[in-house]
Amino acid sequence: MHSVSADHVVLATFIFVGVFFVIATLSASHLLARSKHDEAKLSTYECGSEPVGPPWVQFRVGYYVYALLFVVFDIETVFLYPWAAAFGQMGIFIVVEMFVFIGILAAGLAYAWKEGALRWR
Amino acid sequence: MSPVLSAVLKFFAALGIMLVNGVVMIYMLRKVLGHLHIRLGPMHVGWKGTMQTLMDVLKLLTKEDVTPRAVDRWLFRIAPAVVFVPSLMAYAALPFSNTWRIVDLDTGLLYTFAVLSLVPIGILMAGWASANKWSLLGGMRAAAQQIAYEVPLLLSVLPVVLVAGTMNLGGIVEAQQGYWLGFIPGWFALNPLMWPTLLVFMIAGLVEINQTPFDMSEGESEIVAGFATEYSAMKFGLLFLSEFSNQFIMSALGVTLFFGGWTLPWIPAEMNHAFGPVIFIAKAYIGIAVMMWIRGTFPRVRIDQLMELGWKRLIPVSLVLIMLTGLFVKVVG
Repeated sequence: MHSVSADHVVLATFIFVGVFFVIATLSASHLLARSKHDEAKLSTYECGSEPVGPPWVQFRVGYYVYALLFVVFDIETVFLYPWAAAFGQMGIFIVVEMFVFIGILAAGLAYAWKEGALRWR
Repeated sequence: MSPVLSAVLKFFAALGIMLVNGVVMIYMLRKVLGHLHIRLGPMHVGWKGTMQTLMDVLKLLTKEDVTPRAVDRWLFRIAPAVVFVPSLMAYAALPFSNTWRIVDLDTGLLYTFAVLSLVPIGILMAGWASANKWSLLGGMRAAAQQIAYEVPLLLSVLPVVLVAGTMNLGGIVEAQQGYWLGFIPGWFALNPLMWPTLLVFMIAGLVEINQTPFDMSEGESEIVAGFATEYSAMKFGLLFLSEFSNQFIMSALGVTLFFGGWTLPWIPAEMNHAFGPVIFIAKAYIGIAVMMWIRGTFPRVRIDQLMELGWKRLIPVSLVLIMLTGLFVKVVG
């Protein structure tokens, strides 16, 4: 049994020292680089044209349908992982059970497909 | 050694691998693309241009860091960290050999996918914060791609987990030891039943790391540089370092899942143990070379085609593959 807590310390270190490394790199670049700003340099780059309208526009509702579908399927996929890992130790029953689960998933996908939620416009 | 000190040392080991990967892969990409285009690639700095990327890193470090006036300042600064840190964390679970592992997680596979899927959030953040229409389009494309292909990618790996019976990346490599018919290595890539799975994994993996022909989030011929348009100097450097590093991670995952990880067939186990990391990295670089070959060969696909391929083809196909593999394992194995 390996120590779980030691692994978690490593992962936490990765997050904190990683953020620190980013800050250090950007600061180093800030110190090394000379900076001379002017109006043109600080303007938004849209191939030389003046930007027309605000950049932060609203997106089509289609994106949110996709996002909802994604959340549902992603979570169901994560449920499949423990099943797959424990697969070898269980009887034939586990196969039947998972066929039912995947069947429900496929039915949901077929429904979304039929309703046109999968069409990218 | 105290756990924190050893954790910090492991961090710098991973960081070292990541930085070296970045420098080597950028040089390699230029050379490979160059020769695919029948030109030489970088030739002037150092022998055959080998020092070129090192000089480029120095250049990026001393470049002026321009923050355009219109951007959302905080998001604009945070985004490179949100892209960089998860892609560094993805090195943690990779099994470089039977003993060379930063952490040995029983959920290693799921962990790696989880941290990799944080990267598009940073890309979306960068695109949104830039206050630039090109960037916003790039960021939204990255989010849409991620949404469409995370599911097929996760599903495509399930048959491997089914056969290996573990999510531990090291365990998956162990499951590929031994031979079929006495001489064919037990790699999943050599099992005809796994070929469709491998194909789905390759497509979904390329999309997930925004590689050509699926790099619509960058799409330099249509939206300038996509999410990175307004980034300059080291912020740009970090964004691209993590892009290259994700390419390595995906290739290394493919090697682990399908191509026997750190092992080579027909040589004694002690040799595998001794040269594990070298074999592993060499195999990962073969995968990267294939990705670069694809990059130099295929045109970019259209976003609507990409989305339909993901939801309407790859997901149903991988669901069927999971059921078939499950049945096969229970009936035959």
